[in-house]
Amino acid sequence: MAVTEKQLKETGPSVPPEQRPRKSPWKWTVQLLSDNAIFAAMVVVVLVIAAYAWYADLGSFLTLGNFKNVLIHNSTRLIVAMGAAFAILTAGADLSSGRMVGLAAVLSASMLQAPDYLRLFYPDLYQTWIWTHLPWLSLWIPILAAVAACALFGLINGWVIAQFGVAPFIATLGAYAWIYGVNGLYFDKAPNNSQPIGGLRGDFTAIGTGAIDIGPISLPYIVLIALLVAVFMWVLMNKTTFGKNVYAIGGNVNAAKVSGINVFKTIVVMYTIAGALYGLGGVLEASRTGGATNNYGNMYELDAIASCVVGGVSVTGGIGTVPGIVVGVLIFGVINYGLTFVGVNPYVQMILKGIIIVSAVAFDVRKYMAKK
Amino acid sequence: MQHISKEFPGVRALDDVSLQVRPGTVHALMGENGAGKSTLMKCLFGLYRPDRGEIVLEGQPVQVTEPKVALAHGISMIHQELHPIPHRSVMENIWLGRFPLRRIAGVSFVDHRAMHRATQALFQSLGMSIDPATKVGNLSVSKIQSVEIAKAVSYSAKVIIMDEPTSSLTENEVEHLFRIIRDLKGRGVAIIYISHKMEEILKISDEVTIMRDGKRVITSPAAQLTEDLIIRNMVGRDLKHRFPERSNVPGEVVLSVRGLTSPTAKSFRDVSFDLRKGEILGIGGLVGAQRTELVEAIFGLRAISAGTVELRGQRVAIDTQTPKRAKGQGMALLTEDRRGSGIFPSLSVLENSLIADLRRYVRFLLLDDRARRAAGTRMIERLRVKTPSLSTLMQDLSGGNQQKVLFGRWLLTEPEILLLDEPTRGIDVGAKYEIYTIIADLARQGKSIIMISSEMPELLGMSDRIMVMCEGRVSGFLEGKSASQEEIMRLAAQFM
Repeated sequence: MAVTEKQLKETGPSVPPEQRPRKSPWKWTVQLLSDNAIFAAMVVVVLVIAAYAWYADLGSFLTLGNFKNVLIHNSTRLIVAMGAAFAILTAGADLSSGRMVGLAAVLSASMLQAPDYLRLFYPDLYQTWIWTHLPWLSLWIPILAAVAACALFGLINGWVIAQFGVAPFIATLGAYAWIYGVNGLYFDKAPNNSQPIGGLRGDFTAIGTGAIDIGPISLPYIVLIALLVAVFMWVLMNKTTFGKNVYAIGGNVNAAKVSGINVFKTIVVMYTIAGALYGLGGVLEASRTGGATNNYGNMYELDAIASCVVGGVSVTGGIGTVPGIVVGVLIFGVINYGLTFVGVNPYVQMILKGIIIVSAVAFDVRKYMAKK
Repeated sequence: MQHISKEFPGVRALDDVSLQVRPGTVHALMGENGAGKSTLMKCLFGLYRPDRGEIVLEGQPVQVTEPKVALAHGISMIHQELHPIPHRSVMENIWLGRFPLRRIAGVSFVDHRAMHRATQALFQSLGMSIDPATKVGNLSVSKIQSVEIAKAVSYSAKVIIMDEPTSSLTENEVEHLFRIIRDLKGRGVAIIYISHKMEEILKISDEVTIMRDGKRVITSPAAQLTEDLIIRNMVGRDLKHRFPERSNVPGEVVLSVRGLTSPTAKSFRDVSFDLRKGEILGIGGLVGAQRTELVEAIFGLRAISAGTVELRGQRVAIDTQTPKRAKGQGMALLTEDRRGSGIFPSLSVLENSLIADLRRYVRFLLLDDRARRAAGTRMIERLRVKTPSLSTLMQDLSGGNQQKVLFGRWLLTEPEILLLDEPTRGIDVGAKYEIYTIIADLARQGKSIIMISSEMPELLGMSDRIMVMCEGRVSGFLEGKSASQEEIMRLAAQFM
C-alpha cells in the first residue's frame, strides 16, 4: 500500500529551475550547514581539541608536524577504508577488513625478515637462489603473495554473497572469524610459535618509513601510495563500467538486473578488489611498524566503516564518493590523533568513536528520510 | 461514507464519492483498475486520510485516522494480498497485538490456554475447523483466508471489507467463502466486497456500486443488474483524442513464441503468439493473469519449463536466457514497477539513462564523459524529458519524466523489440499522451512492441492486435481496431 501512495506522490509536476524560489543568504548558509552537519561538527571538535591543548599547555595541536603524523598514521586506514566502501556502497558491510590486514601483515613480515635476525620465521629461506641473487624479487614476492592471499579471501567473500545470497554482514562476519583462525595457525607455526615477528628487512621498512623529497616538502612514501590508491579508486568508480555498475547495484539491485548488468560478476570482483586493498594495507602496516603479530588490524573494520560513513557513504547504498571517503578518513584520523594528543583515556576514546559512528549514520538516515 | 474526495499530486483519486452500506448486506464495489475502489477502502480503513468528506458509522461521524482506530470502531479489512506471519501459529496470528494476558507475581505473561480457548470458540461460531496451534505457513490459501476472516470477526466487526477475496481460490473454496459470508450477513455484519468477477458479484451481493475515474457511477440493487449493464457502466468513456494517430505498418514476424510454460503451477502456461515488425501487440487481462511473468520470462528474469522462442527465425536458448543476452538480442524491458526495478533514485538522470549500455562509451578502458553527456543530451531532447540538468537526481523527477528516462535508457541500446509492462502506470494524463506518442513513433520506425496494460482504453487505443490472458493462459486474440472493451472483459474472465 505504501508503494502505491509513493508512486502517486511522485507524479507531481516537476518544477523547472527558473521557477524555484531563490534562497536568501541566511537560508543558504543554514542549508549548507545542515547538509554538511557532520563535517561542521568535526571542525568544532578539532577546534575544541586545539583550544584544550593550548589551554592545558600541551603545545600547539595545529602544527605541520602533527598534520604529517596524522597523514602517516592514516595512510593504511585510507586504503582499508577504500576497500570497505565497496560493501557499504552496495548496502552491505564488510567486517573482515581488519582481519585481512592482520593476515597480510603476518604473511609479508614472515617472509621479509633480515637474515641476521635472531628468531627467523623461515631460517632456510635465505639460502634460496632468489634471495641470494635477486633481492629485488625477494622483496616483491612476499608483498604480492600477501596481497594475493587477501584478494583470494575477498573473492571467497564475494562468491558466498553473490552465489548464496548471504547477507554481506554475515558472510564477512564468518570471514572475520576464519581469516583470524587461518592467520593464527600460520602465526603459531614452529619455529615462530606465536612470537611477534620482528627484524624486518631495511628495504621493506623503508616503504613504510621513508620519504621522497619534492623541493622543500618531504612526502612519505606511504602517504604517496595511499594517494595513488585514492586516485586509482576515483578512476575506477567514475571512469569505468565496473564503477558505474557498483553504484547501480547499490542504488537498486533489481533495476540493475533488468538493465542487463552481471550482478554476480560485479559483486565478486568488488570484494576481490576490496580484499587486495586490505592486503596492501596490511603489508604497509607491517612495513611502517617494522613488525607484525596476528592481532594487527584489530578493529580496523570499525575505523574503516566509520570513516566511510562520516565521509558521506550512505548505508542505504548507491551514494558516496572517493573524495568524501578521503575526507572522512582524515576527519576521523584527526579526532583519533587529537584525543590521544590531549591525553584522553583510550577507553573513553572508544566510547567517543562509537557515538560518532552511530550519530553519523543517524544523520545520514535522517537526511535520506527528509528527501522522501 | 459521504462526499469523500482524495487527491494525490497530479491525480484526483476520489471525487465526491458517497457510499451507503446497510448492516446485514453484501455491498459489491466494482470498477476498472485505477477506478478508485481501493483508495476509497483505504480511506475507510484509515490507511489514507480523505481530503474532504466524512465517514458516518451508525449515525455517528467518526474520524478514522489509522487502522487501529478503524478496528476499534469495528471496521476490518481483508487485503487482496494476505499478510500472515507464516512461522507463527494460527491463534498468535489472530490475537497479535492483543494477546490475552495472565499476571503471575506481578509480571504479565501471554496466556496461551485462554488464547487457544478463545480461538476455538471463534472458529466454532463460524463453522470452521482449523487447529489453533498449527503454523499458518502449513495452511492452504483458502484456510489462511478463513483465518483472516475469523480475525476480522474477532474485532467484533460491524463492517468487513474484502478486497478480491476469491482471486486465489478454487471453485469449492469460493463456495465455502460464500457460506461464511452468508453466515456473517445473518449476524448483521455489513460486507463490502470488491471483485472483478461479475458472476460472483451477481450471486453474492445485495447492492452494487460501480466506480469509474474516481467517481461513483451508479448504485443499484444487484437484482436489477446484468453483466452487460455492469460492463457498460464500468467502461463507457470518451476515447477520442486520447491517443495519437498511428501510421505503423506491421511487417514480417520478428518474434515467435510457442507453448511457453512456467515451472510455477499457477503461472503462465502454453502461451503462443507472434509479434511482427512494426507492430504493437497489446496484452490485456486482469491483475494476476501472469502477463508480467510472461514477458519477464522472455527477457530472462524468470525460468521456464517448456516452450520455444524464435527471434527472426532463429531459436533462442530461452532456458538459459539472461537479461544481458536478451539485451544482446535487441530486446528491452520496461518493468511495471518503476520504483522497484526501474529507476536508480540516488543516481543522476545521466547515469540512469546510460546504465544499460555503458560499453558503447568506453575508449581505451575508460568511459568517455563527453560521448556520454552527448548521448544523454540527445535522449533528453528526443523524449522531451523535463529535467533541470543531466546531473539532477532521478528521485527529483516526476513519475512521467522518470518513465521517459527509462524509455531513453532502452532506446539508447537500439532495441528491435520493446517489452513494455504497464508503461503509463502512475503517470498523469498529459505525460501519458507523450508516452503514447513515443510508442507510436517507435512502431512507425519499425520497432516491434509488446505492451501490457490493465487500462482498456489504452489497449484499444494503442494496439494493432490484443492478446488477452486469463489465469496464465491465452484466452484469445482481438484486432485492435474492431475490438470492444466488453470483448476484452469477457476474455479476461474466461477461465474463471
